[in-house]
Amino acid sequence: MRRPKLEVFEPALVEQIIHEGIDLLSDPGVRVHNQEALILLAEAGAQVNFENQIAYIPERLVQQSLATAPVEFILYDIDGKPAITYGGNNVQFDPGSAGISVQDVKTGEQRPPVTKDFIQWVKLVETLPQIDAQSTAMVCTDVPEEIGDLYRLYIALNYMRKPIITGAFRKDTWWIMRDLLAAVRGGGEALAAMPLAVFDVCPSPPLLWSDLTCQNLIDCARTGIPAELVSMPLSGATSPVTLAAAIVQHTAESLSGIVIHQLAKAGSPVVWGGSPAAFDMREGTTPMGAAETWLIDAGYVQIGKSLNLPTHVYMGMSDSKMVDAQCGLESMGGALSAALMGANMVSGAGMLDFETCLSYEKLVIDAEIIGMSRRMIAGIEIREDPIALTVMRSMGHRSDYLSLPHTRRWFRKELYIPSEVIDRGSYDAWQQKGSKPVTERASERVNMLLKTYQPNSLSEDTRAELKEITLQASRKFGMEHLPDLDS
Amino acid sequence: MSDELLAQISQSLVDGDPDATFSLTEKALREGLEPLRIIREALMPGMNIVGDYFARGDYFLPDLIIAADGMKRAMELLEPELRARQQALETPGVVVIGTVKGDIHEIGKSLVATMLSANGFKVYDMGVDVPIATFIAKIKETNATLLGLSALLTTTMTMQREVIKTLVAEGLRSQVKVMVGGAPVTRSWAEEIGADGYAEDAMGAVALAKRLVGVQA
Repeated sequence: MRRPKLEVFEPALVEQIIHEGIDLLSDPGVRVHNQEALILLAEAGAQVNFENQIAYIPERLVQQSLATAPVEFILYDIDGKPAITYGGNNVQFDPGSAGISVQDVKTGEQRPPVTKDFIQWVKLVETLPQIDAQSTAMVCTDVPEEIGDLYRLYIALNYMRKPIITGAFRKDTWWIMRDLLAAVRGGGEALAAMPLAVFDVCPSPPLLWSDLTCQNLIDCARTGIPAELVSMPLSGATSPVTLAAAIVQHTAESLSGIVIHQLAKAGSPVVWGGSPAAFDMREGTTPMGAAETWLIDAGYVQIGKSLNLPTHVYMGMSDSKMVDAQCGLESMGGALSAALMGANMVSGAGMLDFETCLSYEKLVIDAEIIGMSRRMIAGIEIREDPIALTVMRSMGHRSDYLSLPHTRRWFRKELYIPSEVIDRGSYDAWQQKGSKPVTERASERVNMLLKTYQPNSLSEDTRAELKEITLQASRKFGMEHLPDLDS
Repeated sequence: MSDELLAQISQSLVDGDPDATFSLTEKALREGLEPLRIIREALMPGMNIVGDYFARGDYFLPDLIIAADGMKRAMELLEPELRARQQALETPGVVVIGTVKGDIHEIGKSLVATMLSANGFKVYDMGVDVPIATFIAKIKETNATLLGLSALLTTTMTMQREVIKTLVAEGLRSQVKVMVGGAPVTRSWAEEIGADGYAEDAMGAVALAKRLVGVQA
């Protein structure tokens, strides 16, 4: 069987892009606004200008780092069961992250999210089998901004079973987030042995590692927590406008991240990720639903795969402001493309308005998009040999295949059967059910699924420990009591 | 012991294993279980479970049909036994069903026939491309109380109207309730041609048939 796949470059071009990426690291070099990283690089033999905070990384260091970066790693769920494999052509999905607004279920309007919104979100993600991982999807506005990153992890840990993709907004809060994760696992070593979370670390285009992200990157490496490099060239704005050149920039930024990461601790798990966009030349925005954005994604995933690294993309989102036809077409285009690329983690389900707003309705619709995308890449399997002769000869010219045991035996394996969010009934049946548009069917499914949510297995002691860690942080920033968890 | 066997028969329908349904029914008869008890306490409950699973979305058409096939094969064993005891299964109604003249589409019609049988109706499936006269003759022969007419084409659905006109002409219209179905058929079409009912799918057809003969669905 041939796995349907999307590749955009001939092998010779892959080589050239990697070479140009490596060449950029020595001229003009990469800006590293973090003292510890600059020292690491200098000690390893890179030429470093400490005054201008620029490192000139030789190819030797790049090759050395690529040789020690793991080809794959596993994420374990809250109970310690293997759940997700980053590596190979495994394709897995998680919701978009760090949304700053939520689409209100009742009014349909965007508003800032609060604790109860995110609790509901985490619960909904747990009920959707198509979604493999959680993400710290919403930044809750009912707690101090300074603990915004760790607070969402605290909420998620209380309700999730699936592993989580997250990230820190500060250097110090990263350590508190690590404490939260370690509390669940029963210590830092257990956490390193069975990773529960991946941290996104984002270089700034072009060719800059800020103090914060660089420190997160180093701390992830040293503690064995997987780091996901999220390089985001914006073609024509913060990178060259030509798609291939934007991919060269992505390559250079990501390679420099791998070097810093592997110098901090060789062998620590790291992901070749990204969130590029093709800049919109009329609106000045960052469309996630543009074909060119998807092409940049496809290009850098192919580069990452050629380097034998686990890969990640930010795809399956929509630039639309509501769940409508634009939302559907952009989400399907992105998610299906990502699946065809074989990206190991596809972040973006449930996300609207570029990368800002989360919608419960979109999440359940996206779950169907993911189901169909997975079906596409599963391809056409040969179930029997001969393929058809035995079954067709047994039937002769009869047409009642529906009543054949052969049909019952295979149809569940052959077909992805969507929920009622996808309407495949007749016009009359649709009318009888109230002539509902997809948004209404999705909304009903959200309510139905939330009723099926089952709590996770964390002990009361662990919950209390998580609360204590979070409360200590919140008190530093003037919040004496955390919002109630039960919603 | 017999309760366990009845439960196994019921489960074999749910599992979609007609061979097991057949052999377990055979075994039940050998062990002296009454045919009516096998039907009421094993086959009907099994089919009801399958129907429930279908309604809630866990089962699909092939699951329904294979269960109905198991039911049918069990009934082939049980019907002679019932006759030998001069017993009869009270049926909610006798149905003549077929796809109208000029139309050879079979799937929807067969599904409806299968599901009606599984729900206790006595069904005479006339197949596809059925001439009007064949329907009329069978209704007369069987004293059917229900007629199911399937048409999958806009060009053949007009034949449903012709069949109903003939029923009137033959003085049979008050004897049979007419159900129509098929992809292009709608509720308004059913009303326009003077049919008694229209159903969207096979499960809907069962509910409709029960309603038309005055049985609680």
